[in-house]
Amino acid sequence: MSTTTESESAARRGGSKGTASGGAVVLPPLDGPERRLYWAFADCATIVRRDLTHLVKQPANIAWQLGSPIIFVLLFVFVFGSAMEVGGGLDYKTFAMPGMFAMTMAFGFMNTALSVVIDKERGVTDRFRSMPMAPSAVVTGRGISDVIQAGLDLAVLALIALAIGWRSDGGLAATLAAFGLLLLLRFALIWIGVLLGLVVPNQEAAGNLFALAFPFGMLSSVFTPPSMMPDWLGTIAVWNPVSSTANAIRELFGQASPALGDSWVEQNAMLMAIVWPLIITAIFLPLAVRKYQSLSR
Amino acid sequence: MNPSEHAVLAEDLQKRYGRRNNVKHALDGFDLAVPTGTVHGLLGPNGAGKTTAVRVLATLLRPDGGRATVGGYDIATQPRLVRRQIGFTGQYAAVDEILTGRQNLEMFGKLFHVDRRTARARATELLEQFELVDAGDKQVRGYSGGMRRRLDLASSMILAPRVLFLDEPTTGLDPRSRSEVWSSVRSLVQSGTTVILTTQYLDEADQLADRIAVIDSGRKIADDTPDALKRAIGGDQIEVVVSRAEDLPAAERVIARVSGAEPESDIETLRVSGPVSDRVAALTEVARTLQEDGTEVVDIGLRRPTLDEVFLRLTGNRAGREAADGEASTIRGERDRGGPSEQSGDSGESKEAAAV
Repeated sequence: MSTTTESESAARRGGSKGTASGGAVVLPPLDGPERRLYWAFADCATIVRRDLTHLVKQPANIAWQLGSPIIFVLLFVFVFGSAMEVGGGLDYKTFAMPGMFAMTMAFGFMNTALSVVIDKERGVTDRFRSMPMAPSAVVTGRGISDVIQAGLDLAVLALIALAIGWRSDGGLAATLAAFGLLLLLRFALIWIGVLLGLVVPNQEAAGNLFALAFPFGMLSSVFTPPSMMPDWLGTIAVWNPVSSTANAIRELFGQASPALGDSWVEQNAMLMAIVWPLIITAIFLPLAVRKYQSLSR
Repeated sequence: MNPSEHAVLAEDLQKRYGRRNNVKHALDGFDLAVPTGTVHGLLGPNGAGKTTAVRVLATLLRPDGGRATVGGYDIATQPRLVRRQIGFTGQYAAVDEILTGRQNLEMFGKLFHVDRRTARARATELLEQFELVDAGDKQVRGYSGGMRRRLDLASSMILAPRVLFLDEPTTGLDPRSRSEVWSSVRSLVQSGTTVILTTQYLDEADQLADRIAVIDSGRKIADDTPDALKRAIGGDQIEVVVSRAEDLPAAERVIARVSGAEPESDIETLRVSGPVSDRVAALTEVARTLQEDGTEVVDIGLRRPTLDEVFLRLTGNRAGREAADGEASTIRGERDRGGPSEQSGDSGESKEAAAV
């Protein structure tokens, strides 16, 4: 370790003084308000890069995460599907595939929660908090990398859909808009995931979140039209944000469900597929931020 | 006290948890003054407030009252400035499992806002310093506990911090890894870093710390050098282990006579011990008497007090006093036992420090 290198690099960065006792005390430059914004982005990029490295180094994780949708595809489309009748001559595969996309997004909050709880449990979150980095970067970085990961999940799922013969009947723009709505839902759920990840004590508990994800994803129009459910259950399913996204993308794929009810929320699925994520974000983003800050309480 | 001479200065820190009916005082008037360039050990039973103290000082927890400066900056009002000066190593090796050792160090370097080239160079330096060069480009999940800990320490040393907080840095490590961590800490101290260390292992505090603060119930109950603390609870001890419980009273009697103080005896380990001043004479006398009485002795010997005893005495005292409020005889007994150390020299100040 050479003192020269250290002091040179300190000089290069301009002004930060190295109190070179033994050679290594180097302080990062003091940042003014304008640098704060710069570092908020730079630190966020560092965190995103770290999270994406995780993704690349653990390709098996994607396989695991896609495991459940794939099993659901097999189960519902091929096992139950033969006995499923959604009306209007729409074949079940066409009905179920968009639902599967929506459900994968809905379950995504568990990935966020798990990543957050692992960092918390291992002390990585504490290390970040003890460093002079931008505090927001921990959360924003997580959010961006989760959306990127969700995009990858969707791409793989779309390939599987294509392989079993599903096609979008909408135009390119409509199809892309549909995937945009899916990512919007996933984006909104990041904040629920961050909040839950901070609330649950450990990884085992995070695994139990499946009990929450399951009804959230399934009590919806994903596998069956709510109009075919008992009234009370149908009402819950209809108002489930996952249903709005599923119905909206079916519309965009040109495969609107023939069994769509005439309730307001179903008739305005497209609007609600945008409004629901905004509502979720408006509620849970502040809660997640507050919970993160309360780690210091 | 001048802040520039003290890397860490804490006054009357308070930290409470829980709600009105069930408030727990994790810190209850905690004071600490750590001279720059020294190692200060924090000892205390579980739940005494060691970790809370470290987390408050490292800006991870906001105190409910009191003041503290770290590296000259106020932890409450200038946390960002404090964070530029400190390294923090918590109870778990807080490193990324999936990244390689080098990637970890480069990432933390960037998050310390060191430019990319410096971050790289520093990562290489630290890998060398912590003998992780061979493992540097391997994923951390394949590391042993000791390697993780070293990487963890290296991560807190990217800026060679002015103040390094180590919260139980060697818990769960094998002896070899522990001594590796110790030598890393020593070399860091040599380069001017101040270290605050909590530990469960009293020999660790003995090895590393210049001074030791004993904490109980969120408050400092003693603060001195390890030697002074040991002297304060008494000098050498004679210890006899008998083979049968029936022989315990006999051993107690002889030790009481020779040492002139109430001996301590443990029925489970069949061990009796008491303070002595004239080492060899006491040993001879006890051995001879026991032999004459025909008491079967498994082990007999002289021992210097360990920090464990200091610890038990100090924290046990407090618990005992709280249990039997006003029953001063126990405490007076303890102090009497400190007697021989007075003969052995300069225990005046240390006694004062250790006296609860």
